[in-house]
Amino acid sequence: MTEHNNTSPVLDVHDLHIEFDTRHGALKAIDGISLQIAPGEILGVVGESGAGKSLTGTAITGLLESPGRISGGEIRLEGQRIDNLSQDELRRLRGRRIGAIFQDPLTSLNPLYTVGRQLIETIRTHLPMNRAQARQRAIELLAEVGLPAPETRIDQYPHQFSGGMRQRVVIALALCADPKLVIADEPTTALDVSVQAQIITVLKRLCREHGTAVMLVTHDMGVIAEAADRVAVMYAGRLVEVGPVADVIKHAKHPYTQGLMNSIPTILHDVERLEQIEGSMPRLTAIPEGCAFNPRCPHAFERCRVERPDLIAVDEGAAACWLVEEGATPPPQARATADTLVDHHD
Amino acid sequence: MNMTETMSASMREAAPLAASQNAGASVDSSAEQPVFRITNLKRHFDVSPPLLNRLLERKGRQIVKAVDGVDFEIYRGETFSLVGESGCGKSTIAKLVVGLNGTTDGSIEFEGQDIARHSRRDMDAVRHRLQMIFQDPYASLNPRWRVGEIIAEPIQVFGLLEGKAEIKQRVKELLEGVGLNAQDSEKYPHEFSGGQRQRISIARALASNPEFIVCDEPTSALDVSVQAQILNLMKELQQQHDLTYLFISHDLSVVYHISDRVGVMYLGRLVEVGEKHELFRRPQHPYTRMLLDSIPDLEMTGRARTPVGGEVPSPLDPPSGCAFHPRCPHATARCQQEVPLPIHNVERGFVACHAVEEGRLIATD
Repeated sequence: MTEHNNTSPVLDVHDLHIEFDTRHGALKAIDGISLQIAPGEILGVVGESGAGKSLTGTAITGLLESPGRISGGEIRLEGQRIDNLSQDELRRLRGRRIGAIFQDPLTSLNPLYTVGRQLIETIRTHLPMNRAQARQRAIELLAEVGLPAPETRIDQYPHQFSGGMRQRVVIALALCADPKLVIADEPTTALDVSVQAQIITVLKRLCREHGTAVMLVTHDMGVIAEAADRVAVMYAGRLVEVGPVADVIKHAKHPYTQGLMNSIPTILHDVERLEQIEGSMPRLTAIPEGCAFNPRCPHAFERCRVERPDLIAVDEGAAACWLVEEGATPPPQARATADTLVDHHD
Repeated sequence: MNMTETMSASMREAAPLAASQNAGASVDSSAEQPVFRITNLKRHFDVSPPLLNRLLERKGRQIVKAVDGVDFEIYRGETFSLVGESGCGKSTIAKLVVGLNGTTDGSIEFEGQDIARHSRRDMDAVRHRLQMIFQDPYASLNPRWRVGEIIAEPIQVFGLLEGKAEIKQRVKELLEGVGLNAQDSEKYPHEFSGGQRQRISIARALASNPEFIVCDEPTSALDVSVQAQILNLMKELQQQHDLTYLFISHDLSVVYHISDRVGVMYLGRLVEVGEKHELFRRPQHPYTRMLLDSIPDLEMTGRARTPVGGEVPSPLDPPSGCAFHPRCPHATARCQQEVPLPIHNVERGFVACHAVEEGRLIATD
């Protein structure tokens, strides 16, 4: 986790702003986000629908569509600025240096072509290989993502695969040209829990082996807990907390992260009521003054309502909360400890 | 047929064996009659290609046995949950129970009457007492209707109240009961977030004063913080209105939170039923254990989440014998041939597994 700190980051997003032009003026969808991902590191990006997590991923891959536009900040891939590239340059970049995995594996694959044809086409677009070499590499890739009998399955069509197997093919496609960065947007959300675990294991192993940096966008804290090294929590287009996964999950600093963690039901202990964060995330047209979370925050005080907090370093992470600056981290509500987990194995 | 009949017969005779640790107050008196008694419920879907294709390609009919001989009971005031992976038949059961789908075989007794055999007219008398909340709050509300009209519809259809003013008053109460405002009745569904829409669905379900609500993945489309709000609301309403829930979900943590008893489904059959603490702390069936192992570890206890080999087989061609045997670490030759019968070794529950029956697999604390 921390051993990557000395190496230069693969992805460096600095003060990114994304706006949507509407009849009523520009809507700020992303309002000043900065994050880095080191080689071989998995950064989990969490938040509720509409917090801007997928939009951040879209901007990095250069797939942002009008009326959305990057209105400020920089995105650097291995030191090179990529937010101002032309469409042509971006197309060469995608697939070669940035891979993408999306939620629904069926829409990521062309139903009319065999998976082999899709893999070979992608490999040959980006790497100098002839057909036979590319096919060989495709088979190796399919074996790497744990697809049984890749020599025969390579000639099958996407509908002949189950959901989990399709998502493995999509991972193989994303890793075709050995990219430096993979953006995985809700890669396990459409899958059953038992298959989820398999996919996470594959993704994690491959990124370690290839030294690929991964931005794992998800709303599922369980997936984050298992896959990510560091977590970035988003709320209303802003980053509210960043830190090593264990810190964020067990000792969240920001009241929003705490609320989010406490609202997840657990099988470890019985509660009559779940903790809930009152209200809902503000619409982009009505982001409150000061800290965007202040109307829902149980600890909000005067300063929160007028002045917007930036990320303030604390321990190994950072949180955008005035309480943190004043050294008065709200005490995390106690959750169950490990001891209450009754082992159910033989 | 015979087998499943004996299954249900033995179920009724089953003496409650284990565990007095039932916490749920609703699961107390053993003489209590269940609200629902589902016996040998089957629903098969014909997915054959058209006749001409069958003739030309010399193929037979293809039948998906979405629900294939399921027995369970639901008691008054409790929440009974069905869990399982996609395609195991849990949503089909939800539709069968409220009469949205006809059964292929078996009976659904609601307070002693078999509603699966009811005529349309007989069903009308029961229908307002059974309601349903669907998974997708974006698809289950008519986008062209105002919220007030959506909620008033069941009241008008069942003729529960006369007069505009009375209905309006009732809609107002219902909206406030689920945490929305009276003024919201003038708005359209698109003006609401997912969580608020699900509140509207709940208000509509409550409009006909039901006793029993089927909730088919009501929070799966929602964010966790909104999910917490909806689950809390559902628990409050259950107490206020003395409701019985059949709760369908694939999320085991949610099921643990909301349920009193849980049934685990695999490829159209129930493999294990039990009181939730019993089932989660002492799972008996290998599939239940596998599901529990696949719950993501949020406490970072270092418990390795064992990735389970394999996926759910196609329901078109389910494995012989115990359908779980290709993925089961304890499978033997017998498991490949013989469908396991339920063993009633826990109170108000059972497990269907040869390994448990033969004592090869003993539940541990």
